[in-house]
Amino acid sequence: MEDLSLHILDVVENSTKAGANLVEINIKEDTDKDLLQIIIQDNGRGMDPKMVKRVTDPFITTRTTRRVGLGLSMLEQAAQEAEGYLTVTSEKGIGTEIRATFQASHIDRKPFGDMGSSMISLILGNPGVDFIYKSDFDGEKTTIDTRAIKAELDGTTTISDPAVLKLLRGVFEESLRN
Amino acid sequence: MAKLRIEDLKKIKESMAGTVNLRAGDQRVKITVHMGTCGIAAGARKIMNALLQKLEKSGASDIILTSSGCAGLCNHEPMITVEVRESAPVKYVKLDPEKTEKIFDEHIMKGNPVSEYALSMGSETTY
Ligand SMILES: Nc1ncnc2c1ncn2[C@@H]1O[C@H](COP(=O)(O)OP(=O)(O)O)[C@@H](O)[C@H]1O
Ligand SMILES: [Mg+2]
Repeated sequence: MEDLSLHILDVVENSTKAGANLVEINIKEDTDKDLLQIIIQDNGRGMDPKMVKRVTDPFITTRTTRRVGLGLSMLEQAAQEAEGYLTVTSEKGIGTEIRATFQASHIDRKPFGDMGSSMISLILGNPGVDFIYKSDFDGEKTTIDTRAIKAELDGTTTISDPAVLKLLRGVFEESLRN
Repeated sequence: MAKLRIEDLKKIKESMAGTVNLRAGDQRVKITVHMGTCGIAAGARKIMNALLQKLEKSGASDIILTSSGCAGLCNHEPMITVEVRESAPVKYVKLDPEKTEKIFDEHIMKGNPVSEYALSMGSETTY
């Protein structure tokens, strides 16, 4: 994966495949601490402790279409390349939290890339799922909650209307400090 | 600080007043972009963008654009599946934005599948 927004797209697809109908994506950068955190929380079916332990092993997957899993081990590698780490917390029947931590200024820390496209792909691709997107760059905060947007549209059009997506794309893009 | 401008949403709402919303199952065409890890790494997001741009320009309201997980054909990614009502679904493989735009113009808008980019005229469906 070239950039962090592609990793986010990939890891959130795990959440939607696990049956989540609400996923929160949290991006926090603290320049003083030189820390970048990406936290993804879902209310999907979760994993048992044994699975959590093994989930960053690239040879683990519960999919039947391919015998190796890749996504989480790739994100872990991206974090480790920037002196960071990945933690996975999960409870069966409750949900999962994936937390990737990076040294923000590290030369090998991947850029965010096209966050707007990742979020729009997620919204279009998962019509039954709501997303809460939060970013916080040294206190500069953005929050986008698709439930609030749907309520505002009030049935006149859908969130997958290209005009609505275009508007959202701009807000996601502006929210990042690249 | 980025803010979602409620007024902008309102404008969209007003421009939509009176138009009929497509209900699931009512669409003439369903386009599915495969968004598994292999697809994403191979450029599926660019394909999604190209389709969304085409969809917006066309103004068509009878086309649904969505995504699904891995199709198990990782070395054929990026892939899409095009389902035109009353015809067999077509899987297109090893796409780039240019090929995707051609598929949109020829298959989705004019009804002529682009066989040179297709995997098979199979009977699989994602409904
Ligand atoms: N958010 C999640 N909720 C439940 N299970 C998950 C979640 N994320 C990952 N998993 C489990 O971990 C496995 C490995 O994930 P991943 O590394 O992304 O590979 P893949 O998605 O290709 O299987 C998945 O197959 C799934 O069983
Ligand atoms: Mg995955």
